[in-house]
Amino acid sequence: MNFDFSDDQKLLRDALRKFLVNESPLGEARRVMDQGLSHSSAVWSGLGGMAVNTLMLPESCGGHGLGALELCVVAEEAGRQLAPVPLASTLYLAVQALLLGAGEAQQLRWLPRVADGQIATLVAPLDGSAMARPRFDGTALHGTAPLVMDGEAAHFAVVLADGPDGRPVLVVAELGASVARRRLATIDPSRGFAALAFDATPAEALNAVDDAEALLDTLRSRAAILLAFEQLGGADSALAMAAGYARERKAFGRAIGSYQGIKHKLADIYTRNEMARAHCYYGAWALSCDAPELGLAAAGARIAATDAFGYAAQENIQTHGGMGYTWEMDCHLYYRRARQLAVALGSRHAWNERLVRELEARLDDTPSQDHKE
Amino acid sequence: MDFKDSPDEAAFRAECRAWLEANATRKTRPDQVYGRGLNAEQLMAASREWQGRKAAAGYGAITWPAAFGGRGGTPMQEVIYREEEGQFEVPPNAFAVSLGMVIPSLFVHANDEVRARYVGPALHGTELWCQLLSEPGAGSDLGMVRTRAERCTDGRDGWILNGQKVWTTYAQFAQFGMVLARTDPNVPKFDGLTSFFIDMRAEGVEVRPIRQASGEAEFNEVFFNEVFVPDAQRVGAVGAGWKVTVTALMNERLSIGGVMPPGLWKTAAGMMREAQLNGASALADGRMRERLADLYLNAHGLWLLQARGLTALGKGREPGPELSIAKIVGARTLQDFGYLAIDLQGERGVLAAEEQGEAWRLVEQLWFGAAGMRIAGGTDEIVKNSVGERVLGLPPEPRSDRGVPFSQLAG
Repeated sequence: MNFDFSDDQKLLRDALRKFLVNESPLGEARRVMDQGLSHSSAVWSGLGGMAVNTLMLPESCGGHGLGALELCVVAEEAGRQLAPVPLASTLYLAVQALLLGAGEAQQLRWLPRVADGQIATLVAPLDGSAMARPRFDGTALHGTAPLVMDGEAAHFAVVLADGPDGRPVLVVAELGASVARRRLATIDPSRGFAALAFDATPAEALNAVDDAEALLDTLRSRAAILLAFEQLGGADSALAMAAGYARERKAFGRAIGSYQGIKHKLADIYTRNEMARAHCYYGAWALSCDAPELGLAAAGARIAATDAFGYAAQENIQTHGGMGYTWEMDCHLYYRRARQLAVALGSRHAWNERLVRELEARLDDTPSQDHKE
Repeated sequence: MDFKDSPDEAAFRAECRAWLEANATRKTRPDQVYGRGLNAEQLMAASREWQGRKAAAGYGAITWPAAFGGRGGTPMQEVIYREEEGQFEVPPNAFAVSLGMVIPSLFVHANDEVRARYVGPALHGTELWCQLLSEPGAGSDLGMVRTRAERCTDGRDGWILNGQKVWTTYAQFAQFGMVLARTDPNVPKFDGLTSFFIDMRAEGVEVRPIRQASGEAEFNEVFFNEVFVPDAQRVGAVGAGWKVTVTALMNERLSIGGVMPPGLWKTAAGMMREAQLNGASALADGRMRERLADLYLNAHGLWLLQARGLTALGKGREPGPELSIAKIVGARTLQDFGYLAIDLQGERGVLAAEEQGEAWRLVEQLWFGAAGMRIAGGTDEIVKNSVGERVLGLPPEPRSDRGVPFSQLAG
């Protein structure tokens, strides 16, 4: 039994936390929001300088050949600071798609761009819905994609399109001059979303894909685990903010954190966060060894972390009282990000269904088959 | 990161499994409960007998030091044994308090003579110990103990005990009990307490079983009427009773796991599959599916929390504070399960195991047991106070009893 991160991974965590606390305080998310930026290029290039973008790349593509666990550590720390950077689109989605669906030569053409700091994204309905898809004619993309994470800033994208035979196909495309981008107004302007229109945009099919929908499904599980770590980081940091205020703020002659009404609420947040952490770690384990439990662990981490961050963010506002409802306090940054992340890969309800399907598939296993309970 | 047994752990697991195969019957379903048709006395006799066999084979107290007859094993080994034992039909464990809390506090606070006489018979199940702490006016606020121990004035070297305890588990079966009593009312409440052990058959000790809300009688009221306690049965210094008690309670915190029946979500899913709701299997209903997911998330999450704690212990570190929430989540999850199982039966949910069949006994036990679990060993509210203050650094509520002599508090 070794259900924890290694000492090396903890050193990485310490280094990242030090960097992000200094370079990506909540003010950085606020600056991106206030100035209508797509992301913080200073934080993104700083993380690049710490070799974050290359963690999971093969060494042939300028990477470190390290695993998913390190990326989980990155996600949690970025989530803690609400870092306004395209980690999810580039590293949890596009890079994962290329790792799973591109042959070695194709990876060599695209992945080194990520090592160089380029931003990538995945253009596909990530909630599993039947959103209209662009068309791929064998050499180029046509049509529109209505909702693309980091679509404004991305240099290239993996796109789920209708292939020449009408079946879904995954392609990769440079997002050059033939792509029209429109920034979308969202509930969390510290992260960028855009609608894209392709006008004969040159693209190539990913060349190691058997079944695009199945690959997308695996991708969704992998990204869910990494995003869950961002949510966990956000939930912890919202709790720290609420607890800090509850220790200082006085009402009726004493700190509000001494009242059980506040104390028990914060203990409830802590409880949810720790349960979410347990499920996130389980997800990290499944991701790191590509376990048969990947789908189950991803759904568990996703739901637990979504609930934890949502609750922590909303009750952080409540703990701050009227102050928490002002633009100046940072509470609303968590409140916004929590909702953005909660729907990023489909809602809690959709994930609930995924979880129960995974459970049903295991319902008739004998006890010896599921030693992990 | 992995969940695999180390080679040592795998070897220990194989050893446990082989011994259990030779000494007990493997369950055919996870929700099987031992002891159909046995009354409390018969269950206790079976529990003693099983403890004796475990002790003889070296499984009686896995984490105790070898010097006290234990195995000197790791908490991980304890968990491995419990995981394996959970797959067999064995008597309920009546020795959790006796061997998990009371006797380990003797290791620290009693003298060699006392340990030499009492530890062995307790380990082998021939003598059961109970812990006499809570009183009608001292529950969550345990420092308010009123039971008095006063020095004998007739020349005997000992104490005279008067008062009443309550919620004492298995007092009706125990040979010995550890009592927390007030020896000095004129100092602040935690400073005037002393621990003693008593013979539960001594003159003046009266045990009255409490009929619980569930109808069972696991707990007792215990009355002391002029009970003579030799000074040799004092544990720790006069006035050090709180310290002795805290040692016992700390041991309770470390005895993690073992609360959640294995495969609880599967039991629930199986019930859903069989039950009908709106003309279809309840497992097809979206609200039921949401409840199944919640049950899985809590039950499996607790298993994962324990895995984190064990990993820390395995590396020679203290488990993190996250284990403190396990009892809250565990009790709530079991209570939710009980409600769900009863609801799924519809009108038939009113029927007891006698009518529904033996498989229903688990539901009944968990449904009622959970209401007690939320109170025992620190109520949910007290645990939340502790999380808020010790983990999140929130200030305590103002207290009016600090530094005030007990005699001025008792009123």
